[in-house]
Amino acid sequence: MQIQLNGEPFEVPGGSTVADLLQRLELTGRRVAVELNLDIVPRSQHADTALREGDKVEVVHAIGGG
Amino acid sequence: MSPAPSDKPFTLAGRTYQSRLLVGTGKYKDLDETRDAIEASGAEIVTVAVRRTNIGQNPGEPNLLDVISPERYTILPNTAGCYDAAEAVRTCRLARELLDGHKLVKLEVLADQKTLFPNVIETLKAAETLVRDGFDVMVYTSDDPIIARQLAEMGCIAVMPLAGLIGTGLGICNPYNLRIILEEATVPVLVDAGVGTASDATIAMELGCEAVLMNSAIAHAQNPVLMARAMKHAIEAGRLAYLAGRMPKKLYASASSPMDGLVR
Repeated sequence: MQIQLNGEPFEVPGGSTVADLLQRLELTGRRVAVELNLDIVPRSQHADTALREGDKVEVVHAIGGG
Repeated sequence: MSPAPSDKPFTLAGRTYQSRLLVGTGKYKDLDETRDAIEASGAEIVTVAVRRTNIGQNPGEPNLLDVISPERYTILPNTAGCYDAAEAVRTCRLARELLDGHKLVKLEVLADQKTLFPNVIETLKAAETLVRDGFDVMVYTSDDPIIARQLAEMGCIAVMPLAGLIGTGLGICNPYNLRIILEEATVPVLVDAGVGTASDATIAMELGCEAVLMNSAIAHAQNPVLMARAMKHAIEAGRLAYLAGRMPKKLYASASSPMDGLVR
């Protein structure tokens, strides 16, 4: 199924969770924050949050800034 | 010799800091330079930006927070690049999740790409929502004393007027507005943006600012690590001069050496 990941179309297997997506992106255990359709998904809920076709997912991290 | 009067501690959101210099992490050559400059600055509060991860690109590359550890530094996530209140609030909520519930944020809502001047209307809206949501809001704003007062009254924990436009290094462009803001201050006032070199930081502190936040002045110096050290001393010198109280300015000379006993 297709989701929108950081503004781009992205394919994930049906039934994937947020945790599965992070694993696919090799971001498991990294310091990132996830937003699903404009709502924060707390780290504790990544494994229990299922993705659906067309979901808008943002994965962010900290970078240099002033 | 009588001991120097002790300074009151610099306190933000209930935490006390030794350093009155806050630094950004943008515009450095690489993460090594970032780490070395921040170390040399002595800063304890460090700003970061929140951005989309690069999907599929170097997942193993080091993360800023591996170098600037949240265990060692107080991380101050910013909302730089946000042009309305909704984007800024969304960014702060992501930052809170990113930093495990950390409530301290630097709110900045910009109005224009050329000047990066703050949009104070959207800033006020975002501040209201964030304060209600329980964030500790340090707010970047113009040097308008009325807006500064309103932001403090709304519950922002620090007001951070610009001394000059972001990234210009033009120094303290309007010390008189800053003086009015400082005279009225009910929360810590920090200069954020405009500082270009050490003397600018000293002037900000001599005016009575609680602290100064800077990024470009260090990162864009020819030698950022050396400038970071200069800034550390400039902030301390300015603070001590503020506490000491400068001599009055006079139009005519006043001899420092006594006239008595002069060889004639």
